[in-house]
Amino acid sequence: MPITVLMPALSPTMTEGKLAKWLKKEGDAIAAGDIIAEIETDKATMEFEAVDEGVLGKILVAEGTEGVAVNAAIAVLLLEGEDASAADTAAAPAPAAAAPVAAAPAPVASAPVASAPVASAPVASVPVASAPAAAAPVVTGAVEPFQPEVLTTTAYTLTDIPEKTYDKFVRMTVREALRDAMAEEMRRDDAVFLMGEEVAQYQGAYKVSQGLLDEFGPRRVIDTPITEMGFAGLATGAAFKGLRPIVEFMTFNFSMQAIDHVINSAAKTLYMAGGKMGCPIVFRGPNGAAARVAAQHSQCYASWYAHCPGLKVLAPWSAADAKGLLKAAIRDPNPVVFLENEILYGQSFDVPDDPDFVLPIGKAKIERAGKDVTIVTYSRMVGTSLEAAELLAAEGIDAEVINLRTIRPLDVPTILASVKKTNRCISVEEGWPYAGIGSEISAVVTESAFDYLDAPVRRVTGIDVPMPYAVNLEKMVLPDAKRIADAAKAVCYKA
Amino acid sequence: MATTPRRKPRSAKSSEVPDTEELVRYYRDMLLIRRFEEKAGQLYGMGLIGGFCHLYIGQEAVVVGMQAAALDGVDTVITSYRDHGHMLACGMDPKGVMAELTGRIGGYSKGKGGSMHMFSLEKGFFGGHGIVGAQIPLGTGLGFAHQYSGDGGVCFAYMGDGAVNQGQVYESFNMAALWKLPVVYVIENNKYGMGTSVERASASTALYQRGTAYGIPGAPVDGMDVLTVRDAALEAAEHARSGKGPYILEANTYRYRGHSMSDPAKYRSKEEVSKMRTEHDPIDQLKSKLLELNAIDEAGLKEIDREVKVIVTEAAEFSQNSPEPDPSELYTDILVDA
Ligand SMILES: Cc1ncc(C[n+]2csc(CCOP(=O)(O)OP(=O)(O)O)c2C)c(N)n1
Ligand SMILES: [Mg+2]
Repeated sequence: MPITVLMPALSPTMTEGKLAKWLKKEGDAIAAGDIIAEIETDKATMEFEAVDEGVLGKILVAEGTEGVAVNAAIAVLLLEGEDASAADTAAAPAPAAAAPVAAAPAPVASAPVASAPVASAPVASVPVASAPAAAAPVVTGAVEPFQPEVLTTTAYTLTDIPEKTYDKFVRMTVREALRDAMAEEMRRDDAVFLMGEEVAQYQGAYKVSQGLLDEFGPRRVIDTPITEMGFAGLATGAAFKGLRPIVEFMTFNFSMQAIDHVINSAAKTLYMAGGKMGCPIVFRGPNGAAARVAAQHSQCYASWYAHCPGLKVLAPWSAADAKGLLKAAIRDPNPVVFLENEILYGQSFDVPDDPDFVLPIGKAKIERAGKDVTIVTYSRMVGTSLEAAELLAAEGIDAEVINLRTIRPLDVPTILASVKKTNRCISVEEGWPYAGIGSEISAVVTESAFDYLDAPVRRVTGIDVPMPYAVNLEKMVLPDAKRIADAAKAVCYKA
Repeated sequence: MATTPRRKPRSAKSSEVPDTEELVRYYRDMLLIRRFEEKAGQLYGMGLIGGFCHLYIGQEAVVVGMQAAALDGVDTVITSYRDHGHMLACGMDPKGVMAELTGRIGGYSKGKGGSMHMFSLEKGFFGGHGIVGAQIPLGTGLGFAHQYSGDGGVCFAYMGDGAVNQGQVYESFNMAALWKLPVVYVIENNKYGMGTSVERASASTALYQRGTAYGIPGAPVDGMDVLTVRDAALEAAEHARSGKGPYILEANTYRYRGHSMSDPAKYRSKEEVSKMRTEHDPIDQLKSKLLELNAIDEAGLKEIDREVKVIVTEAAEFSQNSPEPDPSELYTDILVDA
């Protein structure tokens, strides 16, 4: 019986790929271990090795074909003694190309570096909720019933933040948006540099820093040893001295090796120095669950970092969020934890086509306006919540979806204004329920808009277990559109 | 779980030449790891294994040579995510390992741990850890427990050439030396930590000297030659077991495949890989030696091939036929009922 050669999965997130090149032709003898084809995954071009030996009887998918599904038949291998006709009978029709593969990120143009390096330029459009003086803060409007002691914190945005609008857009992936944000800020300010594992020569473990080494050289794009505690501390020290490091954690799971420096060294120094010395630094990288990488590699750290005064915590969803917020984070004079998501890296969105595009920190975005129920969420769950909103719309429930974008300071005015309109609220996150971001949202809404609520706030979260590896169990953990829609219906008493 | 009983407790000295039976067993153990990993790679390609999957192909002589010095039922082993070879060398059941790779209930962790996270108290295997370097303090703790209970055991704690730069490794070295803990640290120097070569990551590339400041003896060893590894392992284990404290071995080895399944390995040349494969392959080297010594003939080798193939095929079948864990398993094993 001839052996059908199937399209291999060559990365954890690959569902389809491009059959870039056949290195063998029909009739060629093949030994186990021979490289027979080159396959482009969502991350890289990989060599595909034969596992069995035989003769390449028939090629079923021509080279250059994009969107070949994993496990689709791509060739037929004849065993000793079989002739070519056996290949025809074995050949199942190859599935047609599905959606086109996301385009590889375009190389960075070696644009000229801004003439004079701008040292720690504060961004005018980012009104930072700074710690108020000892006197009781004056608060107006929406947040009046808020607990007085809560008002003295830097955890919340308390007044409406204006946001510029743009009319020209370009489409790009989240991956490209992040890269462009870093490149633009590095051109603008010589003090900005990128440091982390595999960020330079390898072009980033997830290809986010693609092209940066070429443009900025090894002085500013620096590969580190695997030593998170060491380089996070080193970068924090460099920031004390006025540099503006961007520290990439290969994933935020590994930031736990360095969390002491993020919190004890970076977040608390300004306070301990009585305001004399701060720490302008960005800690960034993918956060949350990827796919099938099990408990130690799939965790959301939003609530861990959002707990800490002295940090700002951002969590973009779209490419526009990613670009506008990363630029703001790099310009911000404080330590910023910037939580990305691996699954979003390859997704494309419209991004304002304006060299001055930057987003305000602390400002949420209403992604979908609605009148019946408010869904407050962030990062990848914004997309899932928008799907849920469509399910709800089909049942006559008009949901408003708020993309937090910034986790700390939390945009309280936007949340409250929405809840006062809809009278119902649910939160959605990948992380665990206990002391999660949803717990905070629930507390804020209950404290400040209790009289407007027609139902208790409900939290939709990741299930309270370490992430399992098994595919069926993993599927049960993270919120999906149905779980979100069910919670929304429950607070509308339509379940 | 059924396992193949095949290792006798031994108290060999490094000066003793291993007998024929033992040599043949090293060959078989290395071949089993090789074929198992090839099969795992194939199942990954079919989408039956997901996430990260780090293959041990090329490095087989290290763990097989080290285990030659291990006392069954007493000693302990701990390593990183590149762990399939260690589990097989500890005598864990290939079926249980492969079924964990496919995320099925028949796997060592009921499908909840996956490729990087498996454990077997019976076989003295303590994981399977995903955070680079974290296994080293843990392994030092296993050594502490051996000393505390006076069981005469030694912990073999493995790390990569990349892991060796983590700070917690040195915190461990200090405590192990201070308290004379019975730990053999094995640095598997396969030349790269992901895409970063040792030269680009380490100020001093003589990794066996990393314990010098703590007075820990260290030695480099040809990690592609199972007999050399065995001799070094016996000496190191004897040192640790006799109460003299930790020992560091740097096994110079090579991984043939990418770091994990999604790594195109563009950071090294094809020539470099094929030179290692053709000139230093641990299995080929031992095979030549066996034939040279007349320890086995071609027919005997074929028979081992066949036997290993059957084990691997059965493991692959088991790993596909074992059911997915019941949904109720999602909520179990968070805490022990007390
Ligand atoms: C603390 C931590 N940082 C980063 C990673 C990502 N990572 C996984 S394996 C690896 C390379 C390790 O190389 P090495 O120690 O040489 O072991 P090898 O993979 O070569 O066996 C990296 C950086 C991780 N798992 N944990
Ligand atoms: Mg290595």
